[in-house]
Amino acid sequence: MIPAAFDYVRAGSADEVLAALVEHGDDAKILAGGMSLLPLMKLRLATPSVLIDVGRVRDLAYLNDAGDHIAIGALTRHRELETSELLSRECGVLQAVAAEVGDNQVRHRGTIGGSTAHGDPASDLPAVLLALDATCVVRGPSGERTIPAAEFFLGFLETALAPDELLVEIQVPKTGATGFAYQKFNRRAQDWAIVGALAVCNGTTRVALVNMGTTPIRARGVEEALASGSSAAEAAGRAAEGTEAPSDLNATPGYREHLARVLVRRALEAAGA
Amino acid sequence: MTVNGHDQRHDVEPRTLLVQFLRETCDLTGTKVGCDTSSCGACTVLVDGESVKSCTMLAAQADGAAITTIEGLATNGEQHAVQRAFTEHHGLQCGYCTAGMVLAAVSFLEENPNPTEAEVRLGLEGNLCRCTGYHNIVQAVLAAAGAK
Repeated sequence: MIPAAFDYVRAGSADEVLAALVEHGDDAKILAGGMSLLPLMKLRLATPSVLIDVGRVRDLAYLNDAGDHIAIGALTRHRELETSELLSRECGVLQAVAAEVGDNQVRHRGTIGGSTAHGDPASDLPAVLLALDATCVVRGPSGERTIPAAEFFLGFLETALAPDELLVEIQVPKTGATGFAYQKFNRRAQDWAIVGALAVCNGTTRVALVNMGTTPIRARGVEEALASGSSAAEAAGRAAEGTEAPSDLNATPGYREHLARVLVRRALEAAGA
Repeated sequence: MTVNGHDQRHDVEPRTLLVQFLRETCDLTGTKVGCDTSSCGACTVLVDGESVKSCTMLAAQADGAAITTIEGLATNGEQHAVQRAFTEHHGLQCGYCTAGMVLAAVSFLEENPNPTEAEVRLGLEGNLCRCTGYHNIVQAVLAAAGAK
């Protein structure tokens, strides 16, 4: 399978990316690692007429201790997240979930910015950003703005990024090395989650669900139940509240709701909630 | 880019996939196309030493990189330790997944030189063997790790 023909633009800097976005507008897509976009293009589900390759903008690949948070360049690869001692110490949940993305080959190429900007509700990392109340830094023609993760994911493959904006950085809080658990259910080791459940205990307990709607979502019912003193097992019973689970070859919505309740319970118990 | 240490300079269409470039332009057909959807790993090659599925990378993205395919793994006619281990432990049945398995294993062992059996299985999760010959493949990778 070969993608439909397109023009290829290689950007050497973030400024060149922004200029290319202004020039090509809606017809252009940004190519980072390509782990999500290229399969869609090969299936002709995406047919951009221009690809702007940002893979060489290496000054957007970094992992820095920024005092009260960790600053992660959008082009930082999953492999770099997975092997980062800084993350392991200060934000273990992101490191651990990055190690669950795809397989080694995918993690060698895929980037946190690409995965986030793609906005797939079945992806692992967006759920982490949501649970952590992470901040997305985006750059456009008129400068930079920040978007909280809770306002970033708008719909299926749809985000708050404007067509002329580039996601440049993700900021995650320091939540420590432990106090989290991710339960990912799939049928083959490397596959997307049929359902995923993430629990992060850091003062309060936050729960995020993967593939239970058109965006990654917080399990608010579970969080409320825990805050009012319910046990993990009781709270997990509310995991499917407010979800709109998709139906596909792997699972019906009803089965996904069942999985959500079971996986949330396991995640809460493993995280020590 | 270089492929197996040799310069390769060609003009290609932007949509040319790395695997197509290797097979059709460089005439290196050891790299196989299996699923063509980045699931099976048969097309795995090394890009600057790291395993990558070449069906899900544009040739243009690999511009300037050093690519290693199965044809370039031996040095001076002597097989790589992983290739020898696959031979000795019969780490293949039909052979279609083998080139990708070997290169995925080489990259994995670079990152994890002394793996447990469970780590080998997880490390090769991106490579499918439809003969289901995983047992001997895992034994081969463990043997290659021990032989280093």
